[in-house]
Amino acid sequence: MEDIQNFQILWFVLIFILLLGYALLDGFDLGLAVLLPFLGRNKEEKDTLIASIGPVWDGNEVWLVTGGGALFAAFPHAYATAFSGFYPAMMLVLLALIFRGVSMEFRVNDPVRAGLWEKAFIMGSGLAALLFGVALGNIIYGVPLDDRMEYSGDFLTLLRPVPLFFGVTGFAAVLLQGSTWAVLKTEGDVQKRAFRAAGILTGINAVMAVIAFSMLAALFPLLSGNALFYLAAVMTIAGLTGLFFFVSKKNDAMPFWASSLSFTGLFLAAGSAQFPNLITASNDHNLSLTIYNSSTGLYTLQVMAVIALVGMPIVIGYTIFVYRLFKGKAKADNHY
Amino acid sequence: MDALILARFQFALTIGFHFLFPAMTLGTALVILISETLYLVKKDDVYRKITDFLARLLGLIFVIGAVTGIVMEFSFGTNWSQYSRMVGDIFGPILAAEGVIAFFLESAFIGVLIFGRKRVSPGGYWTAALLVFLGGHFSAFWIIVANSWMQTPAGYEINAAGKIVLSSFYDAVFNPSTVARFLHTVLATWITGAVMVSGIAGYYVAKGLHGETARTMLKLGIILFAVTPLLQLGAAHGHAIQVIDLQPVKAAAMEGHFETARGADVYVLGYVDEANEKTYGLSIPGGLSFLYNFDFNSEIKGLRAVPKEEWPPVNLVFQSYHIMVTLGGIFIGLGLLGAWLLWTGKLYNAKWYLWLLPFLIPLPHLAHETGWITAEVGRQPWIIYGLMRTAAASSVVVTAGQLIFSLVMFTLVYLLLFVMFILLLVRIIKQGPAAL
Ligand code: HDD
Ligand code: HEM
Ligand code: HEM
Repeated sequence: MEDIQNFQILWFVLIFILLLGYALLDGFDLGLAVLLPFLGRNKEEKDTLIASIGPVWDGNEVWLVTGGGALFAAFPHAYATAFSGFYPAMMLVLLALIFRGVSMEFRVNDPVRAGLWEKAFIMGSGLAALLFGVALGNIIYGVPLDDRMEYSGDFLTLLRPVPLFFGVTGFAAVLLQGSTWAVLKTEGDVQKRAFRAAGILTGINAVMAVIAFSMLAALFPLLSGNALFYLAAVMTIAGLTGLFFFVSKKNDAMPFWASSLSFTGLFLAAGSAQFPNLITASNDHNLSLTIYNSSTGLYTLQVMAVIALVGMPIVIGYTIFVYRLFKGKAKADNHY
Repeated sequence: MDALILARFQFALTIGFHFLFPAMTLGTALVILISETLYLVKKDDVYRKITDFLARLLGLIFVIGAVTGIVMEFSFGTNWSQYSRMVGDIFGPILAAEGVIAFFLESAFIGVLIFGRKRVSPGGYWTAALLVFLGGHFSAFWIIVANSWMQTPAGYEINAAGKIVLSSFYDAVFNPSTVARFLHTVLATWITGAVMVSGIAGYYVAKGLHGETARTMLKLGIILFAVTPLLQLGAAHGHAIQVIDLQPVKAAAMEGHFETARGADVYVLGYVDEANEKTYGLSIPGGLSFLYNFDFNSEIKGLRAVPKEEWPPVNLVFQSYHIMVTLGGIFIGLGLLGAWLLWTGKLYNAKWYLWLLPFLIPLPHLAHETGWITAEVGRQPWIIYGLMRTAAASSVVVTAGQLIFSLVMFTLVYLLLFVMFILLLVRIIKQGPAAL
């Protein structure tokens, strides 16, 4: 029994890492897409911005695919409950992801309707980012579950104020990721606008973060004894302070790392509030799906651990290689 | 309409659509790898042009494959939640392994293939082509493992709570049908690539476009088109034997074979009258028995060996299977004909053959779809053969109303994607390799 608990905890951590990887990486390309109309004024500027994510966005999305697969493999009940319970919301997520993916390719190859595809790109990205945030907000805040582990709320349940607020917090963090990525990858006028956006968004994020951290502390009294929660707060504060500083110094590269640090802090706070729950039951805490009552067997968790611990370092290795290959300022004509 | 039927329709629609694209990706990745290898060896710019052109096509194909693939990855949780709870121990790790081992690799290096020509050395570019090829094939491997496990489950135990738990990962991965199904499916994707490249190049040569590049592309395509269907004949035969052995009910439905008997027939063309349990058509007496173990008199199990409620829809399986096999025969014939024309030096002037090639492009897809219908509908009423019924697998909280909404949504969106895909494909083909 002892043994399986270690692996259940390990898998909580690994899925946390996969989802964090997704949030940081796809975060910047979703955020950049939403900011596209503000950062790029003409076709060439927009092309440059999109070229900066062209070679990498799909790899970023694989963090989500793999996170979903890992959730299925380690905690199938959580996967089944959330995905079927939030069915209409999930369908919207899929719709959003479909459009934001294909529209980049269609925009290049279908000049006649390029404007339309650009709108699909912006709206798809924005909707996806917002919905992910709201979904995570609900999972943390809790949703009604029945004694078969099934979701017993409806679509409107998902739109309660607190989860919605968490969703908006995540959305703001994603926009910040996007603006700092644009700072990193562009120059000239576009970069000037990106700096301005990053400055404004840092302010917004600071306000949101203060409220989010206080809300978590109020909702989960146990957090006051949790060292990770304080570490999370330090990361977010450090990240945002760094942002104020680097943005005003017009530093190219550091804002992105500072934004990532602040986002990681938010994620860590949510994760430490959540542990060991996967989906909190808001109606009766005994019905919550935890890492202990929803996991697969020990052997499956072990096999998976071997695959993940051998495979993921290799993945991270070549991902870094590919990012380095495309390092430097993006150019509009990079695209084909 | 009840939710189960809707969920099944939705799955059939979304997977049937998704599969069109990976089939092209794997086939195109193969031709790219060959062409880029030749470029590295011969340093002839023609091969670089072929690669660059195909990489451009691949960009369009891949993106639609990726976005429709995410729908699939989520679908087990959204639509088949009871199934997911039941098989998380086995099915989950296989999907997760696909992510870690295959998707990351393919998606990372496809970026290099499409955007990175000027940023890497020729050797580096070749390596990216190889890794995209491998990533795609690993992905096909793991998904075929997942499917094969549903067809012929192995490496599991049923625990005290009635749940399926993993007992041997190796046995689950290399369950009795994995290898046969993988070989057959991969060869099918290679046929798809061969026919697509031959079709495009055939059109160019017939119209006198793109000179040497088009002719070289056609030569590559035709050689593959001659070889892959022949290899497929062997792989398909092995696969069929595997089905007769392990899923006798499905095999009986494929040939509309009702009574267990020695000397079972194989039909060239036919029709199954399900109500009266009779099969009509043109048949080779004893053919099925012969194909099974080269003995016209060997015994083959019939559908009546199991209760009728365990039969799949017989005529659908029969017809799908026969469409696929007929197409297999057509590919062998036309591929060999092309090779003969190439060999005798008549290919580039055989206008009628060149003009036929583009019209063949949809046919491997038809063979795929009908092949999967054979495999998946033939498995019914089981979702996991002999272990769990499809009727017990769907999500409990998803209502028929929600499913109608999502089914309409996917139908409309996929229709749009399909139309756009065809339009842009034609555009890219019209621009051709000349601009590169
Ligand atoms: C270009 C595509 C293509 C072609 C020419 C063929 N097949 Fe096929 N076939 C497939 C593409 C395919 C497929 C889509 O890849 C399937 C679906 C499931 C699978 O394993 O492969 C399939 C399934 C499938 C099955 C179903 C068994 C199962 O998975 O349960 C059998 C028995 C065969 N094939 C046999 C044949 C034979 C005897 C062929 C004659 C040459 C043939 N196939 C040609
Ligand atoms: C890509 C090619 C595939 C096609 C075209 C295909 C086609 C189909 C069809 C037509 C059905 C509906 C059968 C029915 O309900 O009567 C079905 C069901 C299903 N298939 Fe496949 N399939 C494919 C591959 C796969 C793979 C690789 C998996 C598993 C990883 C899979 C898992 C399922 C599941 C879970 C169902 C739903 C339950 C059921 O109806 O049995 N399929 N598929
Ligand atoms: C025999 C059937 C299947 C084969 C051979 C196959 C193969 C592939 C391949 C090669 C890709 C890469 C993208 C592309 O080439 O277009 C892909 C994408 C994808 N497939 Fe499938 N697939 C099959 C069925 C499924 C099923 C049943 C699922 C559900 C689990 C699935 C999930 C995915 C996902 C999530 C992606 C996106 C990966 C990315 O973003 O790069 N596929 N598939």
